Amino acid sequence: MDSKTTLTFALMDAPYESARSTTALRLLSIAARRGYVLQVFAYEGAVMQTFALQRAHANTVHGRSAEEENHFLPKDAIAALSDEAARHGGRLDWVNCGLCVDERGAGEAIAGVRRGSPADFWKMADASHNTLVIPTRD
Amino acid sequence: MKTLNIIASAYRATVEEQDDTIVWLTHAIKGAGADIDVLLRGNAVNYAVRGQNAEGLAFGAWTQTQPPHIEHDIASLLSKGVTVHVLADDLQRRGLEDTPLIDGVQRLPSDALAACLSGYDCVWHW
Repeated sequence: MDSKTTLTFALMDAPYESARSTTALRLLSIAARRGYVLQVFAYEGAVMQTFALQRAHANTVHGRSAEEENHFLPKDAIAALSDEAARHGGRLDWVNCGLCVDERGAGEAIAGVRRGSPADFWKMADASHNTLVIPTRD
Repeated sequence: MKTLNIIASAYRATVEEQDDTIVWLTHAIKGAGADIDVLLRGNAVNYAVRGQNAEGLAFGAWTQTQPPHIEHDIASLLSKGVTVHVLADDLQRRGLEDTPLIDGVQRLPSDALAACLSGYDCVWHW
């Protein structure tokens, strides 16, 4: 096990569907600022969190252009979290479930994201001080 | 690392996935060498019931030829040495206390739950 505090997270929710996704990023952010080693297994819809083709849009209801709206894109938040972890001496290892990627056509992920399987999740959990599962709920 | 997967969400996208995603994940992790068991609670207690049948889905000319077979998938876990518990109180709440269950599934009363959990290094609640 890494001498640094190592935490594993399993995420399942797709972006823009649940506050659980934002909560997960908040938890990762705290841990990143502490310099922890962070391991994420994105399962099912969560593989879309790092989908590289996410695009910001204008919002006419808000009366704002795309630039003014500065729409939240999970892929950018995750990239920023990765940078934040590295800046504090930690790192973020993000693994997308490969079959989940395939069935969604979500192969284009941001840099640093790798493809894996549930076996990676088990190995990450086994090498962690603790593991938190944040599943999809009905 | 002895792990317990608690499955609470039931029949979530099982028709699309042709399985339950956490039962499937348990199979995958077991296949990788994990020491892992399952506890079914909430609506997922129905996964332990015999005689489930999700066949017959069709849209126009398209027919689903490989529907989910949750009962088989649970029985298959058992055959691989995975202990499958089902929370007896949740069976009772759903009127399933006398319904035949898959052979080998172990009924767990809620007052035995804490002792059961203490036997695991990791508990993942899905």
